[in-house]
Amino acid sequence: MSNPTNGHLPGSPAAPSHSAPPDRYVPGTGEVRRHRLIALVLDRPGVLNRVASLMRARSFNIDSLAVSHTDQPDISRMTITLRGDDVAVEQAAKQLYRLIDVLKVQDVTAETTIENELALVKIRATDTTRPEILKVVELSRGRVVDLTPESIVIEVTGTEAEIDGFVAMVRTYGIKELVRTGAVVMSRGSGSIEEALKR
Amino acid sequence: MTMTKGGAGGRRGPDGGAASAGEPGSAPAAPAAPAHEAPPRGAERRNHVPGAGTAHAAAVERAQREMLRDGSSAAAAAAGRVAGKRQRIGADVVCESLIRQGVHTFFSYPGGVILPLYDVLGDYPELRHILVRHEQGGAHAADGYARVTGQVGVCVGTSGPGATNLVTGIGTAQLDSVPMVAITGNVPGALLGKDAFQEIDINGITLPMTKHNYLVRDANDLPRVLAEAFHIARTGRPGPVHVDITKDALQQETSAPHPSHEEIVAGLPGFRPNLDGHYRQLKLAAQEIAQARRPVIMAGHGVLHAGAEQELVALAEKAQIPVAWTLLGIGAMDETHPLAYGYMGMHGWKHTNRAIQSADLLIAFGMRFDDRVTGNVKTYAPYARIIHVDIDPAEIGKNVAVEVPIVGDAKRVMKALLPMVPAVDTQERRDYLAQLAAWRAESEASSWHGSGAWRDGLLSADYVVTRIGELTNHEATYVADVGQNQMWLARYAGFRHPNTHVSSGGLGTMGFSLPAAMGAALGRPDRETWAIAGDGGFQMTSQELMTLVQDNIPVKVAIFDNKKLGMIRQWQEIVYAGNYHSAHLLGPDYLKLADAYGVPAIKATTPDEVDEAIRFAQSVDGPALIWFEITGEQNVFPMMPAGKGLSDLIETWGGPEE
Ligand SMILES: Cc1ncc(C[n+]2csc(CCOP(=O)(O)OP(=O)(O)O)c2C)c(N)n1
Ligand SMILES: [Mg+2]
Repeated sequence: MSNPTNGHLPGSPAAPSHSAPPDRYVPGTGEVRRHRLIALVLDRPGVLNRVASLMRARSFNIDSLAVSHTDQPDISRMTITLRGDDVAVEQAAKQLYRLIDVLKVQDVTAETTIENELALVKIRATDTTRPEILKVVELSRGRVVDLTPESIVIEVTGTEAEIDGFVAMVRTYGIKELVRTGAVVMSRGSGSIEEALKR
Repeated sequence: MTMTKGGAGGRRGPDGGAASAGEPGSAPAAPAAPAHEAPPRGAERRNHVPGAGTAHAAAVERAQREMLRDGSSAAAAAAGRVAGKRQRIGADVVCESLIRQGVHTFFSYPGGVILPLYDVLGDYPELRHILVRHEQGGAHAADGYARVTGQVGVCVGTSGPGATNLVTGIGTAQLDSVPMVAITGNVPGALLGKDAFQEIDINGITLPMTKHNYLVRDANDLPRVLAEAFHIARTGRPGPVHVDITKDALQQETSAPHPSHEEIVAGLPGFRPNLDGHYRQLKLAAQEIAQARRPVIMAGHGVLHAGAEQELVALAEKAQIPVAWTLLGIGAMDETHPLAYGYMGMHGWKHTNRAIQSADLLIAFGMRFDDRVTGNVKTYAPYARIIHVDIDPAEIGKNVAVEVPIVGDAKRVMKALLPMVPAVDTQERRDYLAQLAAWRAESEASSWHGSGAWRDGLLSADYVVTRIGELTNHEATYVADVGQNQMWLARYAGFRHPNTHVSSGGLGTMGFSLPAAMGAALGRPDRETWAIAGDGGFQMTSQELMTLVQDNIPVKVAIFDNKKLGMIRQWQEIVYAGNYHSAHLLGPDYLKLADAYGVPAIKATTPDEVDEAIRFAQSVDGPALIWFEITGEQNVFPMMPAGKGLSDLIETWGGPEE
């Protein structure tokens, strides 16, 4: 009874025993973690709608979705971060493949990647708090992009966790407005999803 | 006395007079006030056209006039047709495409924006157009046509309500992977998004329930889009594709050529279904099969889609493996074959489910392990390893975890697998097959077969289905509705040939049988076609009786009248402690109804009337109807209650006869 998926070894006689067999594994009930998918799609009308609609209909919970052009004129790139167990996310990727406009999907969760997102944060600032804020900004490698007597707008880039950290730090001063692009991801090394597509 | 239209000095044509104000390029000047309208003193005349004077505003105005059918292009097209010569327009492309795709019959209903198509249809006598009575009927008919022919079924509707009426039929095709192209008209491009008359975002509605969908606003795109639509619908895992075409695209002149197959494939870089199983996986599968002691082959709709019936038999015979099938896999194997082991799942045979529950290997072809098949997955086939062959990679591992996944077409995979699996002789499987035979005998004996009368003296449904199967020599096409009637048909009619059983499995659409049978009868006129309908389902689409008459489509309609939503009653009896709210259903006098439509009809209430009624329907040259008054209390057994497993089948409830 060593095989968790069916409790039965290959080739054994398998006469139903009197003791109840272990439960069969139900796909999608494993440990949940954050996954990062890259999808290359044809830049056709409605393609974003198709992807979003599919994720909604199949109950996959998207954390973020970033869409942009690629170096190829009619191909767009989507970076999707979502939570689920490995089997559920693999299922999401396979469902994406069923869309006619989807060319390639890669789960890069386990790969070494560069991951970045950009955030603009408008923070309440006074003469007393401004120096402190600027200190935090400096430590977070942020950049001041707008300054008024009452506010300061900071641009930060980093991983989701880094930006979460920055936002938590400045929240005490009062966040007036926050916008984040969602993560974009690229694998390290010379391998290329776009080149893989051409092959 | 003769009357003239409009006297001398009467109003001019719709394009004359004030209507010309706001033509493209004209200044946003306010139209001159008609003489009889005296302007209020000092008032300035206003123009309410948003963005008046822009090209966009002009386009909107032209489109609005087209909608009222006083536009110049419709008039010009009509005039050209009368004169016997006209230019090729988008509507012609639609007809050409259907002909090129081998569509001989399609199902349609007209409306404002699709009228340009109807305006040219007369020029294409090779296309048979069936005017249905409701667009849902048209979609189901296209579905039935597709299921029995293996060709793409086509239905057409107008915008707005015509399009939304198609939706149930498109969804039915989607869940059963039926190749279909659904075409709708939409309002002229310039009016899209303005909530124009009968405008609905039908692309938004069909997006999650089609394999793909399109909106076409330019006739020059039509040849490519329609060719892609047919290619996508029939290639790989089949499914419905929806093409929405604006009215102005239907009317627009075009000389765009039809693409070649290579051009179509090149234009769809994201659509390359994998047909051949991976060699390494095939080897693994062959090893599993060689080691298995209690294997079961499971056949789904994919086997029929692939036309793999012969390969299925060859594989089963070579390795001496019994074959079970899903609801939509019925017909994949002749039920009289010694290795044919029956219909699985919620209302399947007990022996079939028992074999699955005790199997050490399941070899599944073209099925998706849906909940009606597995019940509770945790307790499903607890001793079995699973080989899952499907053309759609997303189906593999979706509902059950599998040991050997194989992505490919059922026929090609079976062909490749056949030489790799060792031949097994009957002796080797003797004990196993003997046990299965014993189980089968037990299970068939426990299922109620009698003189045909139920305990209340009324007809029993299984008897009627059995007789229909026998008197048609199992050679007809049998189209189920949904509910108890569907399960009785699946269990008792006895199927010998592929694609002779048609049933709405995935969506379970009541009202499916009559319209789908209409399409099936036209697709396979060489076969008798029977619609098996519950009284509830029949009342959902009975208007198509008139279509049967108008187009002389020889469907034999058998109404299984238990005066109930029988399956609802059964669930209420077993799951809801007999709280029969809304299970009882009045129906009309079906003989009078049939008579009103002009359909010959007969009624059978007792067992001895059954054969005569069936023979009567068969003797009618054209459509006929039988009103079977069956008992209202019979349940379909066995039954797997929701949430339970295949080992928890209920076989009786209440009465000892069940
Ligand atoms: C369009 C639609 N509405 C509701 C249902 C739910 N439903 C399933 S079976 C059934 C009862 C069917 O009654 P009838 O057509 O008389 O067939 P019977 O079960 O009596 O043979 C109902 C209401 C359905 N499947 N489809
Ligand atoms: Mg009924």
